[in-house]
Amino acid sequence: MHETMVAQSLMAIIAEHAEKNNAKPVSAKISCGMLNPVSDEILRFAFEAIAKNTPCEGVKLQVEHKPIRARCKNCDANFEVELSLPECPKCGGDDFELLPDAPLILEEIEFQTESRNEKN
Amino acid sequence: MKKIDIGKKILGENEKYALENLLFFTKKKKLCLNIISSPGSGKTTILARTINELKGKIKIGVIEGDIQTDIDAERIRATGAPVVQINTEGACHLSAAQISGALKQLPVEDLDLILIENVGNLVCPSAFELGENGKIVVLSVPEGDDKPAKYPAIFAKSKVLLINKIDLLNGGQVDFDIERAKADARRLNKAIEIFPISARRGDGITNWCDWLVKSVEKCAE
Repeated sequence: MHETMVAQSLMAIIAEHAEKNNAKPVSAKISCGMLNPVSDEILRFAFEAIAKNTPCEGVKLQVEHKPIRARCKNCDANFEVELSLPECPKCGGDDFELLPDAPLILEEIEFQTESRNEKN
Repeated sequence: MKKIDIGKKILGENEKYALENLLFFTKKKKLCLNIISSPGSGKTTILARTINELKGKIKIGVIEGDIQTDIDAERIRATGAPVVQINTEGACHLSAAQISGALKQLPVEDLDLILIENVGNLVCPSAFELGENGKIVVLSVPEGDDKPAKYPAIFAKSKVLLINKIDLLNGGQVDFDIERAKADARRLNKAIEIFPISARRGDGITNWCDWLVKSVEKCAE
């Protein structure tokens, strides 16, 4: 459900850059951590719905989910957490500190360059 | 085609407000906790019980988040504690800007502790920082002992897990392996404090309230 709010914020940033670059956005790449409950499918659906009849209509979203990392308190290893079996791959210990989950980030936007040429 | 690197936080606007709220609590030396759970797990009953239990010890103010109605706020008002209702009108979580607005309506200077009751939902609220000092997750036994395993995000991020409605365990009508729920919650969060309680009957409330009093004292130092 909260994907709608994410989609709104996302669209506002894309629209801002589209205006600044005077170009039509065609795709956007975003990334987020595993603990960030964003469903790709719902986000795409919400974005599509609110982007209708705006400069962001038709923008394709690509979502990358970044793994959670942790630091083992026993052997100090820094490792990727397997949610189904969370333990240190080096020493097998289960006393670890979760490192901050990757935030929701708009990584890059791809613009159509042709529209610019048409204008010139 | 032209690619432009952006590298901007999508929820940056929410985080800006969250940071302002956190700075506000730090400056005023007030403790703020964000209570998150599924609908019907007993958040409001826990709040009312906690307020009554701590009367004369610490002063509590409440921010109530609901999609519709002020039924919960009414229940809190009956305890005599100051309460502000936020209706999200459909949204599945509270946002930091809403908290910032609600704080202006609470007599913060007179309070020791601000408790936020988030919208009943075990998923979405975990993604939106409100500027709180900590999250409290409530799991009631009829929901099942598999919830920490199935909804890891909120259990990984919380300071405290309240396992509520433990009075139902004795009758044997509910299959809930409390040790399994504890172990699954601790798997991702070794530091999580766990209090089994019954807000209705009063079991475990003293331990939970002692933790609150200690946390408030630590915050006021």
